[in-house]
Amino acid sequence: MIYQDSKTLLDVQGLRATVNGIEILKGIDLTIRSGEVHAIMGTNGSGKSTFAKVLAGHNAYQVTGGSVTFEGNNLFDLEPEERARAGVFLAFQYPIEIPGVANSHFLRLAYNTVQAQRGREELDPLEFEDFVREKMKLLEMNPDFLDRGVNEGFSGGEKKRNEILQMALLEPRLAILDETDSGLDIDALRIVTSGVNHLASKDNAIVLVTHYQRLLNYIVPDYVHVMESGRIIKTGGKELALDLEMRGYDWVGAERRAAAGA
Amino acid sequence: MSVSMVTGGSYLESLLQGQPQLPPSSLAWLNQLRAHAVDRVSALKVPTTRDEEWRFTDISPLAKLSFQPVHAESSLRIADVEHFYIEEAAIRLVFVDGAYAPELSKQSNGIEHAGLIVTNLPSAAAVHATAIEPHLGRHAVFEDNVFAALNTAFLHDGALIIAQRNAAVEKPVHLLFIATQKETASHPRCLLIAESGSAVTVIEDYVSLQKEAYVTNTVTEIALADNAQVNHIRIQRDSTEAFHIANCAVSLGRASRYRSVSVALGARISRFNLNALLAAEGVECTIDGLALITGRQLADTHTCIDHAKPHGTSWQSHKCIVDGAAHAVFNGKIVVRPGAQRTDSSQSSRNLLLNAKARVDTKPQLEIFADDVKCAHGATVGQLDNEEVFYLKSRGLSELTARNLLTYAFGAEIIDRISVASLKHRLEQTVLEQTQRN
Repeated sequence: MIYQDSKTLLDVQGLRATVNGIEILKGIDLTIRSGEVHAIMGTNGSGKSTFAKVLAGHNAYQVTGGSVTFEGNNLFDLEPEERARAGVFLAFQYPIEIPGVANSHFLRLAYNTVQAQRGREELDPLEFEDFVREKMKLLEMNPDFLDRGVNEGFSGGEKKRNEILQMALLEPRLAILDETDSGLDIDALRIVTSGVNHLASKDNAIVLVTHYQRLLNYIVPDYVHVMESGRIIKTGGKELALDLEMRGYDWVGAERRAAAGA
Repeated sequence: MSVSMVTGGSYLESLLQGQPQLPPSSLAWLNQLRAHAVDRVSALKVPTTRDEEWRFTDISPLAKLSFQPVHAESSLRIADVEHFYIEEAAIRLVFVDGAYAPELSKQSNGIEHAGLIVTNLPSAAAVHATAIEPHLGRHAVFEDNVFAALNTAFLHDGALIIAQRNAAVEKPVHLLFIATQKETASHPRCLLIAESGSAVTVIEDYVSLQKEAYVTNTVTEIALADNAQVNHIRIQRDSTEAFHIANCAVSLGRASRYRSVSVALGARISRFNLNALLAAEGVECTIDGLALITGRQLADTHTCIDHAKPHGTSWQSHKCIVDGAAHAVFNGKIVVRPGAQRTDSSQSSRNLLLNAKARVDTKPQLEIFADDVKCAHGATVGQLDNEEVFYLKSRGLSELTARNLLTYAFGAEIIDRISVASLKHRLEQTVLEQTQRN
């Protein structure tokens, strides 16, 4: 939701990035204030997921230009783990399976690391068990998921719920959800998105990276951005997503080229 | 004459002399078996790296050891060894330097425990001769295997487990082999007979109360009759100066189910041969292994899963975590014989190197002679996966914590398959202690 006088959380200016020497991001400008929900849409290969991973600090991507400021600080001065502790959260499109580590252990480790950073109390296993079970209710998750290996043998929908559970535990300032709707059936989509809506507040911001408008029926964005070839080529309100759903992506690029030629 | 023959010959001689003279058994077939094994020892040589089966494992340091006879009497008390005990085990046989130690064991000889016979071989040989004869020395073939032949030549003491027809034994049987004397060789022997419809869990556990060199040369034979289920856990935690040579042969009857987890932690040089013969239709066989080694250790695992009959399933996951200048070897052979149609087999060998000097040699070996089969295999060698490290860092974990957790998890995935909780927990601690960096 757009609030008057809200603080700027993230300020991206002219961001360029490469992977294996190939430029994927070619100058992204984006400002996100607390309380807002942004959707980044675009075709496959437009650079949406790369943008998400660059913000989280994946080392396969080299930042070659521009700046990103998070709550007034240079984001690129921070390692990925420092960004997480500072309040940047990426929900993965393909969460990693870690057999051999109980999900509860992993969740508690992440939770306590972030809590310690924020000068808050850490929880022992028993306290955490109670705490996490409450959070799991939000996502209608079976407590059995605590005892299984991290994401081990989880279905696509279960993995996505586990991602949003981590978001609920870590309480990020900026949550970037990368294709969180992919692989979800209609029930799982409803549960996951209602969890996200529950976590949204005037103090945090959410970036939805998605291919389809469907997700935006459940989490209503304040801004919709269209990416093409590593740039944001159009920004509008939630109605832009409906236009894209009906007309596809081609017209946006054509409109822009026409404007550039005119 | 080659050098290997000289050292091999003197080594075998010293080993043969290092054992007390065995009294002849009252069983003629057993005497014949031993005599034949002695013949084979005389005819065979200690393998060298020129032998294909020993290409990566140089056991010449073994031949440099001098051997003394084992002192027969052990002065160990329960307090000395009880930290090795496993609380879930209802029955425990303890062997000290290869000799049965009834005072450290838990059970009365020969007493039947809900259809379960667990005893040491000499006291059972006569009583259970008809049950033993078709199996003892019949599964672990020693014609061309000098170590199995040596073990059989000295065949006297050992563990015998018979799970009788339809006996379902819930609590595990713990076979504990303790090495206490340096520069000695022991030849532990285990025979597990799972009669039709029975179910049993056996823990074969090799430990040490000393840090110097010795040789453990084991042979384990496991026979599963129709519909039998055996859960076999094998822990090798010998001293890091020890030599551990093991031959395990498993014969699987119709619709039987064999699950095995073997963990190699100890020994300067270890070699574990596991041969599973799917001798009838509809067998299910799961074979998992973990080698966790460092320093100058070498751990070699050779497995052969032999699908001789149709509709057999085998799953195998073997992992090595190699630190220091240690060296892990895995050779996983899968045979699908002509006619063994509808075989479903998968094998994975995953290896984690924690040091630039660490080394792994892994070789899947598929020999498929049937056409309607599914055989998947894969091998990886390397460091931790970058995507996994990033995932954990993106949740606030430091690089070091992330790497430690993933290294632990790599080993724990195999340990988690051990069904005995206290043992699993203990081994998880061991993996934790050996994988964490500061």
